[in-house]
Amino acid sequence: MKSDSSPIQLYDVRKSFNGHDALAPVTLSFRSATTTVLIGPSGCGKSTLLRVMMGLIQPSAGQVEISGVKLTHQNALALRHGIGYVIQDGGLFPHLSAASNVTLLARHLNWTEQKIVARVQQLAALVRLELGTLQRYPRELSGGQQQRVALMRALMLDPPILLLDEPLGALDPVIRFELQEELKAIFSQLKKTVVMVTHDMSEAAFFGDEIILMRAGHIVQRGAPMDLLERPADAFVTAFIRAQRALPQPAHAL
Amino acid sequence: MMALGQAALGDEIRIGSKRFTESYILGEILTQSVVAAGETSAAHKPGLGNTAIVFAALKSGAIDAYPEYTGTIDKEILKNATVSDLASLNRQLAPLGLGVAVPLGFNNTYALAIRADQAEKLGIKTLSDLAKHPELRLGFSQEFIGRADGWDGLKRAYGLPFATPQGIDHGLAYDAIANGQIDLTDIYATDAKIEKFKLRVLPDDRSYFPAYEAVVFYRLDVALRFPKSWTALQRLTNTIADRRMIHMNAEAELNGKDFATVAGDFLREQRGAAAVRGSSKRGFWDKLFAEDFGRLTAQHLLLVFVSLALSIIVAVPLGIWAARSSAMAKWVLSLSGVIQTVPSLALLAFLIPVFDRIGTLPALAALFLYALLPIVRNTYAGLTQIPLSLRESASALGLPALPRLRLIELPLAMGTILAGIKTAAIINVGTATIAAFIGAGGYGERIAQGLALNDHETLLAGAVPAAVLALLVQWGFDGLERWIIPAGLRAA
Repeated sequence: MKSDSSPIQLYDVRKSFNGHDALAPVTLSFRSATTTVLIGPSGCGKSTLLRVMMGLIQPSAGQVEISGVKLTHQNALALRHGIGYVIQDGGLFPHLSAASNVTLLARHLNWTEQKIVARVQQLAALVRLELGTLQRYPRELSGGQQQRVALMRALMLDPPILLLDEPLGALDPVIRFELQEELKAIFSQLKKTVVMVTHDMSEAAFFGDEIILMRAGHIVQRGAPMDLLERPADAFVTAFIRAQRALPQPAHAL
Repeated sequence: MMALGQAALGDEIRIGSKRFTESYILGEILTQSVVAAGETSAAHKPGLGNTAIVFAALKSGAIDAYPEYTGTIDKEILKNATVSDLASLNRQLAPLGLGVAVPLGFNNTYALAIRADQAEKLGIKTLSDLAKHPELRLGFSQEFIGRADGWDGLKRAYGLPFATPQGIDHGLAYDAIANGQIDLTDIYATDAKIEKFKLRVLPDDRSYFPAYEAVVFYRLDVALRFPKSWTALQRLTNTIADRRMIHMNAEAELNGKDFATVAGDFLREQRGAAAVRGSSKRGFWDKLFAEDFGRLTAQHLLLVFVSLALSIIVAVPLGIWAARSSAMAKWVLSLSGVIQTVPSLALLAFLIPVFDRIGTLPALAALFLYALLPIVRNTYAGLTQIPLSLRESASALGLPALPRLRLIELPLAMGTILAGIKTAAIINVGTATIAAFIGAGGYGERIAQGLALNDHETLLAGAVPAAVLALLVQWGFDGLERWIIPAGLRAA
């Protein structure tokens, strides 16, 4: 099994908080250069799963492999250099300018100024931010701009893996719609292994090559968006999809 | 008419004095005598400092006269190896434009004192007997340690075995010797407290100490410019016997009378009820900006900022440690909290035996301990209040712990940490006034003196600058915050 070339592999990973299983034993692998969406109601364990994969929380049992290397306390920092991570409010450091947020890690790793500038220009073009905007502090940026900067920061070292925890969750619908389009274009252009957490089924269907639906720490169903729509595994899947679709759908819905 | 003319030109007689009770009183007596003569105005510049400072003031003309002792002039100022009489002193001083006159009538010689019961127990009767007791602990005034006619000469003259004595403020030496922290101290023969503290003055059986006749040390031109005033001063010759001086010292030190009143009482007694007094009384502003203002300010600043710097060095790492481990947090925060509840005088009293000395060192230690809590607590609070999302973002970047602390966590907590340091600094400015009670100086010295002499103006002359300093420290830190707190964290 270990010869599997999957960028992220979980073996019987379990996480419990105070005796309660937030994550039932989960064995899971993600396919390279595809976008997988983790979806489910609040508290289903999808964010916990993401943080276990980052090594931000220790699993109670089981193990995580990143690109075939077992994730341990010792190598977590180094392995994270191969993973970009974006959270809902961007997680930008308020005391640093947007540019400093983006270049912080590269500077710590002693990149040359030349290399840093070139990479920042490349990423700014990718996320469509003007270089002048990067001189501002996070609080001077709009929510959408903050997420663009957060994405730049996550992509700075050009990691093969990108983990996003509800990256668009805090944005207003119009900006969100725009950014969804752009993000999807960026993902397909970069060919990264993307794992995105959301609770919005339409967003999941829009991004996901594959969707993993979770409930109470268990994986309920995994498949392409159409699989979930057409062949729901059980009544929960049906109910979840229907509840999601009921809210924003225009008249053409069934 | 002539007197008025001179006064209008600002030509007054300025009398100086040294920083001990007797000198203050004698300075007042000289000043009030000049005023009573009615020829010109007079001003008393009290407590200028030690011999070197007051003598420099006289030589430069900053003052016209001050009470001094023949032995001091002979040994300390002229550095004569042999004893000179008054005429000889005047011959030597004439080239400087200075003179000594008006022997006041008492000999305030230096002497060494020991607790009467201990002297009894050890069988010490004279200075010679000290050679047999090298175990005695010495606490001498800095002036006595440094003077040519002081400790070094005495040690040689009697072949005494002692090593370096401990420096201690004269005013504190009595308490220190009374409660056994030191065994031997230098005193003046006319000190009011010798009897009160049950001390024995050891006879100078080898006649080491020269005579210290109290005299008026003056600029020769004073006698020529103000003949009436000079005559008035000369009338003081032989009017103050040893016992009279001890009585006046006791009036000020033990009965809380201010120096002007003690002097006025003496002059009234000399001349009947018509004696003039009060016109030379110093106002609040004179007391506030007296000559010791600079020294006290320097001492106060040293106490506040050296202890603060040490506290920052220790408390910030402690706060960081506490923020990492909740078990550690409990211990660190409660321990520094307990220190904070110890009253300052009690803490100082506790630290004196720890350091085995009074003065700056235990004072710095106390202020250091008091400053710990606000800084530890704010460092801890600042770090633990960083939102989880930001701490995880820093972690998720793959930054190791130390760069994470330096680049992310400390800058984010800086506002809170700085507020803690500001609190500590302001508390220290106030607490440092207590340090004067153990001889560490600072503005508290005036507060202590004001309390000892029941003089509210002197007390305020110490309390007001301390309050102003606290405000300045506050403003200073407000300015510093603008420099240190990252721009991105300030209100838009």
